[in-house]
Amino acid sequence: MGNITLKKVNKSFGETQVIPSIDLNIQDGEFVVFVGPSGCGKSTLLRLIAGLEDTTSGTIEIDGRDVTGEAPAKRGLAMVFQSYALYPHMTVRNNIAFPLKMAKLDQALIDKKVTDAARVLNLTNYLDRRPGQLSGGQRQRVAIGRAIVREPSAFLFDEPLSNLDASLRGTMRLEISELHHQLKTTMIYVTHDQVEAMTMADKIVVLNAGNIEQVGSPLELYNKPDNLFVAGFIGSPRMNFASGQVAAPFNAHTIGFRPEHTQISRESGSWAGVVGVAEHLGSDTFLHVHVDGIGMVTVRTGGNVAVEHGDKVFLTPDADRIHRFDVKGLAIR
Amino acid sequence: MARAVSTRRTIFFTIAAWIVALIIFFPILYTIITSFKSETEAIQGFNLIPSGTIESYIDVQTQKDYFKPFMNSVILSVGSTILALLISVPAAWSMAFSPTNKTKDILMWMLSTKMMPAVAVLVPIYLIFRDFGLLDSRIGLMFMLMMINLPIVIWMLYTYFREIPGEILEAARMDGASLWGEIWYVLTPMAVPGIASTMLLNIILAWNEAFWTIRLTTTNAAPLTAFIASFSSPQGLFWAKLSAASTLAIAPILIMGWFSQKQLVRGLTFGAVK
Ligand SMILES: Nc1ncnc2c1ncn2[C@@H]1O[C@H](COP(=O)(O)OP(=O)(O)OP(=O)(O)O)[C@@H](O)[C@H]1O
Ligand SMILES: [Mg+2]
Repeated sequence: MGNITLKKVNKSFGETQVIPSIDLNIQDGEFVVFVGPSGCGKSTLLRLIAGLEDTTSGTIEIDGRDVTGEAPAKRGLAMVFQSYALYPHMTVRNNIAFPLKMAKLDQALIDKKVTDAARVLNLTNYLDRRPGQLSGGQRQRVAIGRAIVREPSAFLFDEPLSNLDASLRGTMRLEISELHHQLKTTMIYVTHDQVEAMTMADKIVVLNAGNIEQVGSPLELYNKPDNLFVAGFIGSPRMNFASGQVAAPFNAHTIGFRPEHTQISRESGSWAGVVGVAEHLGSDTFLHVHVDGIGMVTVRTGGNVAVEHGDKVFLTPDADRIHRFDVKGLAIR
Repeated sequence: MARAVSTRRTIFFTIAAWIVALIIFFPILYTIITSFKSETEAIQGFNLIPSGTIESYIDVQTQKDYFKPFMNSVILSVGSTILALLISVPAAWSMAFSPTNKTKDILMWMLSTKMMPAVAVLVPIYLIFRDFGLLDSRIGLMFMLMMINLPIVIWMLYTYFREIPGEILEAARMDGASLWGEIWYVLTPMAVPGIASTMLLNIILAWNEAFWTIRLTTTNAAPLTAFIASFSSPQGLFWAKLSAASTLAIAPILIMGWFSQKQLVRGLTFGAVK
């Protein structure tokens, strides 16, 4: 079981308050992703759950048990660090076996579990190597292996893929998702990567300056952002915003419309603009169009559009896809 | 082309390094050469070719017993090193892994004690030793050597411990290691190379320490430094015998240094290369 509940959790480092007060419930078996800009407190929140940092106030419960004051090992959680944090002087086999050895399991059982984990993670041929003799992806798999042999009630990942190159990141992303489907264990995953958050999560927690801005499934956040911050943070390229004169007809202080929900035409449309830079990705093209009264608007179109720098075009946002926000930046529904 | 340039550079640096090394090593070399001369040869001026006599060594051995000061040197250097490690490992540990905002100040303060000339505290320390009956005792001297090297030992260990990433210790904690498990299975194996080279360096420093060892001992606890000094007085200078005594005194440490040079180089360049 891995049901984790945070109640009014607050964390300050000396004078600096990093997390004012967070309430959060994570269901058993969920894949939860914490996203947010750098320095917003994602790692701190994860470390509070792990027990590597003490809460300043508030309580943390795992399966209904108050673990706020408990040592990390007692919480039954496993963590995968960004730097992998493998033991450099131990072989891969001993790295994976370490938590089992600490739990004083008997050697035969340890060997069996290590062999099983190595098979799942394709590490069988590397068991006798040292971490220094492995590639980044292999090291990451060892770190995951060390986590899974313990059969923890939840896994904690702190940006585990950020040290890998793009293609390896893609592969590892799939492997971790696959692992989640196999194990059905709660996973909490910290990232600032849009794609990781959207593709892996059952539930995304968007953090900003230590506060939760919104919690929901990837599509909920994409379709119904609660506020300007979430609207701007989720989705790539970023949502376009317009306020004042442009927003007034929609009875809103600010309106937002996504690049993929904006139509472009040479003949007619709501707003006239001039094409600036066009980014051709092959499958898609991102056009940066300058519109008077709004500024730079990003538009996503198909791969083969025949517009060029300096062309005059008209833009029309999809009427049912316009997000409206009030003065405080909260969504109007 | 690039290859030619780099070969020329290599040759240049090799020659330069040999010259520097020879200049540094020359006093020791000349001491060894002189030790194989007779006293008359030795005062005749600069001469690189000794007659090869070993009469100085025989004289040294018959005049004074080499074994006792040698044993004292071993006991004092190894003993003071063990004492220093017992204190400095926990000290450096706590400063490296749970630093406070005063940690840097404490480190600076410890280093600053090394900047004071030893003569400045000679009289008070001599009096303390006299009043506690520690003059010419191995225990007293061991303690003294430990104290004077402690700042350097703590600094070195601190630097080593600092290089051990905190996340690895956190991983061990997550993996269920107790504090002792963390120290024993994770920290110690990673710290051993650092501790070993610190230990070697400290043994050498203690072995060569001449100011306090000469002043606080007479016969019982006198190590090899005092053994050398005893040949420079009072009947006048006997260069050959003095050289023979010096050679005997530095030989053990030179041999030890030779066999542990890899460790030492890593120890002395710590922080410089990562
Ligand atoms: N030990 C500490 N002492 C003081 N301040 C800290 C400490 N650890 C973190 N902070 C501060 O807490 C804030 C949140 O840090 P945290 O590492 O949780 O951010 P993050 O969201 O993980 O950022 P990133 O995406 O860059 O990893 C930062 O402003 C940071 O400076
Ligand atoms: Mg972080």
